Amino acid sequence: MSAARKQLVLVGNGMAGVRTIEHLLKLAPEAYDITIIGAEPHPNYNRIMLSSVLAGGASMEEIIINPYEWYSSNGITLHTGHTVTSIDTENRKVYTGQGVEASYDELILATGSNPFMLPLPGADKEGVIAFRDINDCHMMQEASRTYKKALVIGGGLLGLEAARGLLHLGMEVSVVHLHDYIMERQLDETAAIMLRKELEAQGMKFLLKKQSQAILGKKRVKGLLFADGETAEADLIVMAVGIKPNVELARQSGITVNRGIVVDDDMKTNIPGIYAVGECAEHRGIAYGLVAPLYEQGAVLAKRLAGVATDGYAGSVTSTKLKVSGVDVFSAGQFTEQPGTRALRVQDEVDGTYKKLVIEGDRLVGAVLFGDTGDGAELFSIMKKGESIKGREKELLLGIPGGVPAKGSRLAAMADDEIICGCNGVSKGTIAEAIQKDGCTSVGQIKACTKASASCGGCKPLVEEMLQLYAGDNAVAVKEGICGCTSLSRDEIVAEMKRMELKTVKEVMHVLDWSNPEGCAKCRPSLNYYLGMLWPEDYIDEKESRFTNERYHANIQKDGTYSVVPRIYGGVTSPAELIKIAEIAAKYDVPMVKFTGGQRLDLLGVKKEDLPKMWEELDMPSGHAYGKTLRTVKTCVGSTFCRFGTQDSIGMGIRLEQTFERLNTPAKVKLAVSGCPRNCAEATIKDFGVVAIDGGWELHVGGNGGVHVRATDLLCVVKTDDEVLEWASAFLQYYREHAAWNERTSQWVERVGLDSIKAALESREERLALQERIQKTLSLTTDPWKQIVNEPELRKNFEPIPQPETV
Amino acid sequence: MTMTKVLVGNVADIDIRGSRKVQMGELQIALFRLSSGEVRAVENKCPHKGGLLSEGMVCGSNIHCPLHDWRIDLASGEVQSPDTGHVKTYEVEVESGSGSIYLTL
Repeated sequence: MSAARKQLVLVGNGMAGVRTIEHLLKLAPEAYDITIIGAEPHPNYNRIMLSSVLAGGASMEEIIINPYEWYSSNGITLHTGHTVTSIDTENRKVYTGQGVEASYDELILATGSNPFMLPLPGADKEGVIAFRDINDCHMMQEASRTYKKALVIGGGLLGLEAARGLLHLGMEVSVVHLHDYIMERQLDETAAIMLRKELEAQGMKFLLKKQSQAILGKKRVKGLLFADGETAEADLIVMAVGIKPNVELARQSGITVNRGIVVDDDMKTNIPGIYAVGECAEHRGIAYGLVAPLYEQGAVLAKRLAGVATDGYAGSVTSTKLKVSGVDVFSAGQFTEQPGTRALRVQDEVDGTYKKLVIEGDRLVGAVLFGDTGDGAELFSIMKKGESIKGREKELLLGIPGGVPAKGSRLAAMADDEIICGCNGVSKGTIAEAIQKDGCTSVGQIKACTKASASCGGCKPLVEEMLQLYAGDNAVAVKEGICGCTSLSRDEIVAEMKRMELKTVKEVMHVLDWSNPEGCAKCRPSLNYYLGMLWPEDYIDEKESRFTNERYHANIQKDGTYSVVPRIYGGVTSPAELIKIAEIAAKYDVPMVKFTGGQRLDLLGVKKEDLPKMWEELDMPSGHAYGKTLRTVKTCVGSTFCRFGTQDSIGMGIRLEQTFERLNTPAKVKLAVSGCPRNCAEATIKDFGVVAIDGGWELHVGGNGGVHVRATDLLCVVKTDDEVLEWASAFLQYYREHAAWNERTSQWVERVGLDSIKAALESREERLALQERIQKTLSLTTDPWKQIVNEPELRKNFEPIPQPETV
Repeated sequence: MTMTKVLVGNVADIDIRGSRKVQMGELQIALFRLSSGEVRAVENKCPHKGGLLSEGMVCGSNIHCPLHDWRIDLASGEVQSPDTGHVKTYEVEVESGSGSIYLTL
């Protein structure tokens, strides 16, 4: 069988090349033995998402498109970390610098591009990098830990993404740009200025019309000198001035190279059996850098290799639809005015939107949209067709009347292989199939089925239109529920639970018509939480509906081990307690002992079967460092020792922690108590923060120091310790009763508004009723570690089943 | 290839919608007891990042990997869309009456 197969080698394990292989496998799964050689030590990942990795919103795992398993299950030989150093075009072989050789019948070059590094004096100094791969991201993250000031050279898309990521990492960022406005290749001046103002409001600084001349510093970069003699300080310089096709290998091998590797409409180079796709290829004089054209090229080449008829690649008309720091921008065609063109513009500085159409004769030749890009695809389609828009100009400018049907018909006319979701490369055809064949009736289902709109979410409006178009009436009734198993919202579910007194997860799913009989990993824990909140006395918690960490009362680590964090109230411990923890850590060979950010000790790398034994010997309560519950109460020293302390913050912290430990909450809850307004316990970024003032306490709510940093809002000021407990109880119970599962107080406070919470807690009677309910719930909790230690039926789940025997 | 039948435990060892693991030399197998009463056995390793499937959440006939929420059908071993891949499954026999679980390896 395999003797009949031809050998196909792909050089370059990036998006364009692997996309071609994916296509080919669908068209002709048995035709080739495939070998892929890539220089980066990773499987194929989504380079567009690098800025999300940098900003901390996504992990490396999340941006991998094809995991290693995909290669092995498709029988592909993969060499990562290998660089192809030469091609023997006569004997049809490639060689890597790492000593691998591979024969080919057909060879695809998808070597991508390299960042263009400005040849400035000092460019080789430490702290000068590009923004192109995972490694660059790591270097930027590393730098942000030690250094403060970053300069990004290049105010194009890549530069702005790098700058935004660095801003998220807490650095001061200035963008240096040669041109007098940013993103001049995608935007006109008006839109560019609107974007710049938006970015400045987010903290980004700009140095425009600046030509870089030299990089200053000794070993590490210290600053940047400009041609006008001015300088700017910097501990990190990121060059993001552009990319150049990586053609070195092709050039050495005698393949015709211009700016990129020159290919014809079949993606063929001048050497038989060798093709090129993606950023390294130059077709009819153009080397593309956007995803859509690369995918179009890949589709053509896959058909060619599979022996399927194709018209060939005729080049791409590109449009740019981007989300820059949360702002939608779109441009297409020739969007700057030239002699012989006329332009129509609308600018709305109140809503921050802008739209410009450029017309030549009676045809639309270019457009720029800022803020609202809903009409982008429609305008782009009109532009590509080259139809006359005579008499419709103003209609197009001010919005297409009739909305959905008109847009729908435009979507209907769109080709099946046009990409709707650029992040995940999902085409119109794939989404249409998900709706028509797989029966998807909501955006959530389409997302689960195809990954369309699963990354940045920018294409969600288009996916919604697709749903209108292909699911018709079925889609109208569908709204997004808490997960793919239901169309009901959190509030509707909780209301039904109360109305019908539903008291088990199974009953809820049955009565409320769940589409998956046993739910999913999203709705099961939510329902478990809501039922426990509503019926504290009747409901029996379902451990099977809790996440791993909450089920095993420890944090699972990536290697399958767990961590143990005992409770240390208010961060106050004793020599005896420390000795005990140290001895147990040594006895069980704990690989790492670490102080947590919440003033306690983390024993990491514990084997699951050791957990109950360690808990037993520690004989300390669970610190609940793993659950949607009260985590820590951070304290500063306060009046006990501190010369500035006005109140006993440690005593208050311990009292709060002892009161609320073991409480189930919609999402994790962190508290802190500071002994004076210097606020050393950082109480103003906690879910509930207490700050002592002379003669009283300030109570702050809705803070967060994690993903979305948010300072607290002041709830009120009280005089006595008991009042602190009363307000904390009332606030936490009100949060428990009204927030959605997995919604932190910071998100909840923003969603419902501080005023509505203040109003709900205003009357003392109401506060006492809430306090009574939370006390009831708390009185029913027990320490989970002790419970597991003492109940063999629970404890068995920590052990593997003993060594089996053969029969 | 020789098939070996191995006694690995008893249904009573596994909670409903729960899991236990069994170590056999190099191989670790996760046993699951579904709400339907059936027992399933798969290699205890998610094809994505090697997460221990025994630690995940059982939903119907699927297991959700604890690391990144990949869904895998326990009967076929197929990873559910939009992700793709396959986990090795093992034939399970439960002796009626005694509840002994046998695996064919």
